[in-house]
Amino acid sequence: MIIGLGHYLSVGAILFTLGIFGIFLNRKNVIVILMSVELILLAVNINLVAFSAFLGDIVGQVYALIVLTVAAAEAAIGLAILVAYYRNRGSIAVEDVNLMKG
Amino acid sequence: MYEAIVLLPLIGAIIAGAIALIGARNRHPGEDPPPPHDDHTAPLVPEYETHGAPDPGAAHAEIGHSSHETEENVEPDAGSRAAELITTTLLGISWVLSCLAFVDVGLRGHDARVPLFNFITSGDLKVDWALRIDPLTAVMLVVVTTVSALVHLYSIGYMADDPHKPRFFSYLSFFTFAMLVLVTADNLAQLFVGWEGVGLASYLLIGFWFHKPEANAAAIKAFIVNRVGDFGFSLGIFAVFLLTGSINFDTIFAQAPDLVGKSFHYLSFNVDALTLICLLLFMGAMGKSAQFLLHTWLPDAMEGPTPVSALIHAATMVTAGVFMVARLSPLFELAPDAKTFVVFIGATTAIFAATVALVQNDIKRVVAYSTCSQLGYMFVAMGSGAYSIGMFHLFTHAFFKALLFLGSGSVIVAMHHEQDMRKMGGLWRKIPFTYAMMIIGTLALTGFPFTAGFFSKDAIIESDDVIQGTVASYGFIMTVAAAALTSFYSWRLIFKTFHGEPHDHHHYEAAHESPLVMLIPLAVLAFGSIAAGWLFLHIFEGHGAEEFFRESLKFGPNNHVLEQIEQLPLYITLAPTVMMIGGFLVAWQFYIRRPDLPVALARDQGVLYRFLLNAWYFDRIYDFIFVRPAMWIGRLFWKGGDGFVIDGFGPDGVSARVLDVTRNVVRLQTGYLYHYAFAMLIGVAAFVTWFMFAGGLHP
Repeated sequence: MIIGLGHYLSVGAILFTLGIFGIFLNRKNVIVILMSVELILLAVNINLVAFSAFLGDIVGQVYALIVLTVAAAEAAIGLAILVAYYRNRGSIAVEDVNLMKG
Repeated sequence: MYEAIVLLPLIGAIIAGAIALIGARNRHPGEDPPPPHDDHTAPLVPEYETHGAPDPGAAHAEIGHSSHETEENVEPDAGSRAAELITTTLLGISWVLSCLAFVDVGLRGHDARVPLFNFITSGDLKVDWALRIDPLTAVMLVVVTTVSALVHLYSIGYMADDPHKPRFFSYLSFFTFAMLVLVTADNLAQLFVGWEGVGLASYLLIGFWFHKPEANAAAIKAFIVNRVGDFGFSLGIFAVFLLTGSINFDTIFAQAPDLVGKSFHYLSFNVDALTLICLLLFMGAMGKSAQFLLHTWLPDAMEGPTPVSALIHAATMVTAGVFMVARLSPLFELAPDAKTFVVFIGATTAIFAATVALVQNDIKRVVAYSTCSQLGYMFVAMGSGAYSIGMFHLFTHAFFKALLFLGSGSVIVAMHHEQDMRKMGGLWRKIPFTYAMMIIGTLALTGFPFTAGFFSKDAIIESDDVIQGTVASYGFIMTVAAAALTSFYSWRLIFKTFHGEPHDHHHYEAAHESPLVMLIPLAVLAFGSIAAGWLFLHIFEGHGAEEFFRESLKFGPNNHVLEQIEQLPLYITLAPTVMMIGGFLVAWQFYIRRPDLPVALARDQGVLYRFLLNAWYFDRIYDFIFVRPAMWIGRLFWKGGDGFVIDGFGPDGVSARVLDVTRNVVRLQTGYLYHYAFAMLIGVAAFVTWFMFAGGLHP
């Protein structure tokens, strides 16, 4: 079986869907949301790399590296916010994080 | 000179009004900082702040605090003395000038027309503000300024304890000014300005004691009942303008003869134009002069201070209607049907008011109904075509009615503001001067020989006998009967107040004669009540009248009332005098010799007694026919129309729906991160779908 573009895209789509559902279906921990966001970004990366290889264009792989960098920075900042939030509120359970309303 | 007569009272009113406003501001300093020029009053502020919580706006504050303001804790306005002196002095000057004008215009025959300024110019309508000074105006000027000046003087004593004197004097002067505008009018618009100014001033003065609910109700009633008449009056003015294209008296009178026989076509009716105009204008006179059907405000107007009653009843306001008919005599002279109606209404008013006056217990109400009745007499004279005699009665009536009112005021002051005659009695020992003055006023009112009323009233009754027709006979019988009743109720007033045993010993012991400043006007008016008749007889009756009034009163070619009066048989001339003596004797029998008789009679004739006591139940009938349906319709439109429909579907409804929607939308904002993310995702999915299937904005 030849592994073609369609397979890579399917994996990307599955990862993306997992990431989405990870955001909505978890009721426990904000860290899980962060991890889901990472999953979504990875799905995007797979797409970028797959198209890059398929089209023979190196720009896609450059973008994948940029996304990885941004994701790393984002994870660092997100975890830092979570730590600060935990110190202030004493909890990072999802149902306790509901301050974003008027 | 003529400008000064009219304007001096206005200047007085403005000065006194300014003093009143400053006083009101000092009483209720309010929250807003005082204007710079008021700085010197600032130290007074803390002293007055105890009167109540500060309110923005002095005028509002005054009304707002009235409920807990008692008479004692209000300091009189600063400058009260100045206000009363200024207004009274200016009125005095105005009176002197009026007398000069009377001599100049009336006796020397120098009519004057003083154009002042252009008032209204609109299309064909051109109205100049001009003073028309002819003998008719001159008579009115003298009447108005004499009574008004004396009332001003009297009020200094009568209102001595009232804290709001500057306001009172301001209103009084304004009232006089409005009446002077009315009598000097050169066209109907100017007349209307004075007419409404008088109405406004009467509203302000009747409701002067605004903390009394009855006074407020009476003031509103006077205003509204007058509106009914004014409605007809303004329609009359419009009709005049429609037919003649002008509202200047000279133009109208010049064109009047051409209008005879013209008619208005309305729906399927053909109405004689002149008759309709005169009836509409007379409707205004009925309202102002409190004639039958529109009389209900007059007795209630007694809620105002007594000097106001004197002013309203003797000189200003109620005489406006009579004056208007006299002024428009060239029109009325050409509309015999309207004149007949005037006689009918006048005679009905005369008898109606006289019967009601028989049983009233409030001293001022008796005099008020008496005024109503006497106004009826004047209109009988007007309707009979004896305009000068109507004016004569107006002239003499002003003296003795002002005298009676001011005398009653003196009695009321003596009794410490008790107005119920049942609580008086035997007062002649305590206040002999007032008693003597009231006797003179009563003699003049009842037409005792050679007093003022004798000449004018008898002339009216006679003038009514000369003209022919059913209504004239009705008028003659009614006025003669009313003469008897007048005599009875007048003497009843005297006997119940001044004779017999005192019924309220507490008040009786404390009764005292009024101060000199109140007695002087009484004396002057008493002199007028005695002398005004024979002094001026020759200018109001017979050939002298036509020479005196010249063009100002129009007597048609077939109008020989004035000549025929002098040829009447003796028994007609004597009838009113006989009636007067009869009324006096019955009153004597009832209230001096057998005081138990009237009580027994009232018990036996209970229905009739209550019928008269309630003034023929007019207030009840009007309440049932007009007031309650008006209230009902008003409530319907208020609750149903405005509250339910307009507010319900308009502002209130819209705002309620907006609130409903937002209340639901608010629930979408949960604060949970994943809800927001979900919303975002749905948005993205929607966009993607749109781009995939429809190609976005640019397919």
